[in-house]
Amino acid sequence: MEATVLKAGFDFTGIYGFFDDLLPESLDWLAYVIAAVILGAVLLNAIIISTALYTWFERRVLGRFQSRMGPNRWGPFGLFQPLADLIKLMTKEDTIPEGADRPVFTLAPIVFLVPALLVFSVLPFHSSSFIGKLNVGLIFIIAITSVNTLGVFMAGWASRNKYAMLGAMRGVAMLISYEVPMGLAVVGIALGAGTLSLSGVVLAQNIPFILVMPLGFIVFITAASAEMSRTPFDIIEADSELGAGYNTEYSGIKFALLQLNEFMAPLIVAALVTTLFLSGWRGWGPVPGPIWFVIKSFVIVLLLLWVRATWPRLRVDQIMGFAWKGLFPLAIINIFAMAVEFQVLRDDTTGALTTGDLWIMAAANWIITIVSLAVIANVLGQRKLRRPEPVPSQLANMFADRPAPESATQLSGEVD
Amino acid sequence: MPIKTEPVTINLGPQHPSTHGVFRLRVTFDGEMVLDAEPIVGYLHRGTEKLAEERNYVQIVTLTDRLDYVSAMTNNLAYVRTVERLGNIDVPERAKYLRVISAELNRIASHLIATGFLLDELGAFHTPLVYCFREREHILEMFEMLCGARITVSYMRPGGVLQDAPEDFWPRLDDFVKTMPSYIDELEGLITENEIVLARTRDVGIITAEQAIAGSITGPVLRSTGVQWDLRKAEPHEVYDRVDFDIPIGSVGDTYDRYLVRVLEMRQSVRIIKQCVEQIAPGPVRTAGPFVIRPPVGDAYDCTESPKGELGFYIVSDGGISPYRMHIRAPSFINLTLLREMLVGWKIADLVVIFGSIDIVLGEVDR
Amino acid sequence: MYGLGLAKGLVVTFKNLVMPSRMVAIQYPDRKVGLLGLAKETGTNPLALLFKEPGQALKAMAGMATVSERLPQHARFRGEEFTWYEQRCTGCASCAKYCPLGIIEIVTSESGEQVQEGQKYNIDVFDIDIGRCMFCGLCVEACPYDALHMGSGFEEGTYRRADLVINKERLMKAPKRPSPWFRPQLAAAHFDPHKAKEGQDVEWSDAGRHEQPTLEEQEDKWAKR
Repeated sequence: MEATVLKAGFDFTGIYGFFDDLLPESLDWLAYVIAAVILGAVLLNAIIISTALYTWFERRVLGRFQSRMGPNRWGPFGLFQPLADLIKLMTKEDTIPEGADRPVFTLAPIVFLVPALLVFSVLPFHSSSFIGKLNVGLIFIIAITSVNTLGVFMAGWASRNKYAMLGAMRGVAMLISYEVPMGLAVVGIALGAGTLSLSGVVLAQNIPFILVMPLGFIVFITAASAEMSRTPFDIIEADSELGAGYNTEYSGIKFALLQLNEFMAPLIVAALVTTLFLSGWRGWGPVPGPIWFVIKSFVIVLLLLWVRATWPRLRVDQIMGFAWKGLFPLAIINIFAMAVEFQVLRDDTTGALTTGDLWIMAAANWIITIVSLAVIANVLGQRKLRRPEPVPSQLANMFADRPAPESATQLSGEVD
Repeated sequence: MPIKTEPVTINLGPQHPSTHGVFRLRVTFDGEMVLDAEPIVGYLHRGTEKLAEERNYVQIVTLTDRLDYVSAMTNNLAYVRTVERLGNIDVPERAKYLRVISAELNRIASHLIATGFLLDELGAFHTPLVYCFREREHILEMFEMLCGARITVSYMRPGGVLQDAPEDFWPRLDDFVKTMPSYIDELEGLITENEIVLARTRDVGIITAEQAIAGSITGPVLRSTGVQWDLRKAEPHEVYDRVDFDIPIGSVGDTYDRYLVRVLEMRQSVRIIKQCVEQIAPGPVRTAGPFVIRPPVGDAYDCTESPKGELGFYIVSDGGISPYRMHIRAPSFINLTLLREMLVGWKIADLVVIFGSIDIVLGEVDR
Repeated sequence: MYGLGLAKGLVVTFKNLVMPSRMVAIQYPDRKVGLLGLAKETGTNPLALLFKEPGQALKAMAGMATVSERLPQHARFRGEEFTWYEQRCTGCASCAKYCPLGIIEIVTSESGEQVQEGQKYNIDVFDIDIGRCMFCGLCVEACPYDALHMGSGFEEGTYRRADLVINKERLMKAPKRPSPWFRPQLAAAHFDPHKAKEGQDVEWSDAGRHEQPTLEEQEDKWAKR
């Protein structure tokens, strides 16, 4: 059994085949259901346990960045900390504010969580290890990650709390602005891969797309971390301004679900970036595909953690300015460049790109990336990094050789 | 069709992660823009000035520790100088040097807290805050060597300081003076040219020099508007006239300048400490005198440059063992005069940042 | 160039991540140690530890072995328990008068000892309420006979507020390891209460400024018969 599983490369459809052979013809649908339930349960558990472990990991690594240990008391190396958090959240009182909109209040965490889990259902972990065989995987991802906007608004509205409402409004404005660059970056991938299905994208990456379209990578990872509200775009849960944003009124298990979504976000971003830009499960050597997937996601997760530990957050109008004036033009430039190169380089009969073509595109795209980043930075950014030379004010200067003024009117008057 | 909006009034309530203590701000917003901001203070009022009328002059030193609890040494210094002025008490030279060293160490500690919390309010997930606190630990360990406590020091007495520094204090101080400038460089590398910090703090919350002087602002907030006024040079006291240091000033008067002035002041404080260590000579640290001081009838006001501004004490004595009246000119309270002007017209996110850049301590505001 | 400041920030954080000298957290009261740390603490070879005490070694490798850790304190720390010498105390109640909070309660009675110098009273009650004490040390500063000294600990928490009142019996039974705060004689003797071991208490005659003068010395100083 194991040999066939390994040989087939963690073939998920093999499970369906196994049950199909087992059951009689008339109960084919039952085989399908059983296979779906098993795979779904395995995937759900895997994701949720990884998220729980990721909370531990994030707290330890952030602690190390900050010259302190993270949690290390419960269990070996503090690994029972997520369990302790879960027990704490489960035993808390599940309060619902009095004037709150109860159905919406209860549904909001679910609306948050389900799309996040659905993203994992289309990601390929190996050549046939994926649950949903969609040939429009890219569009599915963009669509499904935009549902958490609705969740934010539902949570803020149903809490009947001014702070929550303010946080939710700002959050919704930010989230819908960042869907545009994310979608546009994905268009570049579709052009480069020639297909919209995710396993097709992975198979087309003879060179990882991070080298072929670095501009697309930058736009996508920035837009995706904004979609998932990670620093420096985490105004939604800005805990130093106005309480805790949309999750002010949540406690108990509902809050646990919201936190689960928050910590699943970097895992989703990492998995997406790995699939789209870092050639997914493809690697070399004897290491199996899923392990490569995990290693690459891990690198992206570390990068996101590093950024979170270092940079402060932007103000909401600056965030939206950055999306529309910074990322949107970059995404358009990326699409334009990819489209031109694709048209020029593609094979006229099959319409596919060879590896050599990809290298040429990489070279051209790197030049375009550097030039456009420099141009946009100088247009958007603050050129004056040096502060102007301070001039001592004439109003009250203890070094000036003149007698102190008698009354206030002299201060704004003549100057020596 | 025009959308009807209505301004919202909320409380940035007394319990809030970003108000440096129990401070209440009643803000009216229209969308994101602040229309009005009304500070409401008094949540930490402990009646220091009234309590001082019941205690004798040395017991009041313990009260002054708790005013600006972040920089207790400068509070002690201002109070003790006023009592000495009132009672014509001399201070030995070594005590003056020890006082200046403690005050400058406390200035560095207080500015570290101000910078760390400013970054915390900008959202940098506590990393710069923890770095600043880590460096502040060195200073607090040195205070523990001097006087046995880290924050509520009660180190100074009218007539000098309480006791001399132990022998292991001086090597520790030398180490600190050697490593602090490189640490400040690292802190600046993390913050000063960070584009996100620049975008959030450049040209935000600007006050002009005229406004600052009209509002009696003192301290780094005043110096960031370009006014060159520092009590350590304007009215030299202790040994500030024997050491060489610059007064950094700002150019624009925005939040970034206030942050930068504090960082530059930290560097100058290190310079002062280094010169004091070179100049200090052995000797007594406290003039012998009666245990319970009875200054002659009269009043006196004396002030010093605390990290927040001009901290002054006005004491009226009736010849007894306690003051008849003690009034504290708290710089944090007076720096709040311009809060409304500084906040109106900016956004919610700027509110916390501008408020944090004034660097108030509620112990001083409410006394 | 725009964007370099961000990169500089990332470098600073990375430096703090990898440099071991920046990891300054003190894990009080128990520090988790690995196998090598446990070996260093017990002073044995890690391999010997693995064979002689496999349970402990496995626990250490799983990250669950702890070693107790103290905070570094200076000798002059103004601690929570007080050190009081009954042989030196005369019941003058200067400490009680000087305390800003008035938490020291002293009740004395006539004893007839050393009446010529002002009488060393019998102390019936000597209570210090550390529930309200701010450990300012003014009482220690005020004591003319160096009978009261600051302590050096900070772990005096109890479950009931009434247990926070230190009474005379507790002061008499406590180990005498005073802090050298405001006691130049102890500081000159380099006494460190945190490093003093059991049985290294300070005797009452070494604990302060004065020693017991003989009758001749007193007659010399005060009155000749």
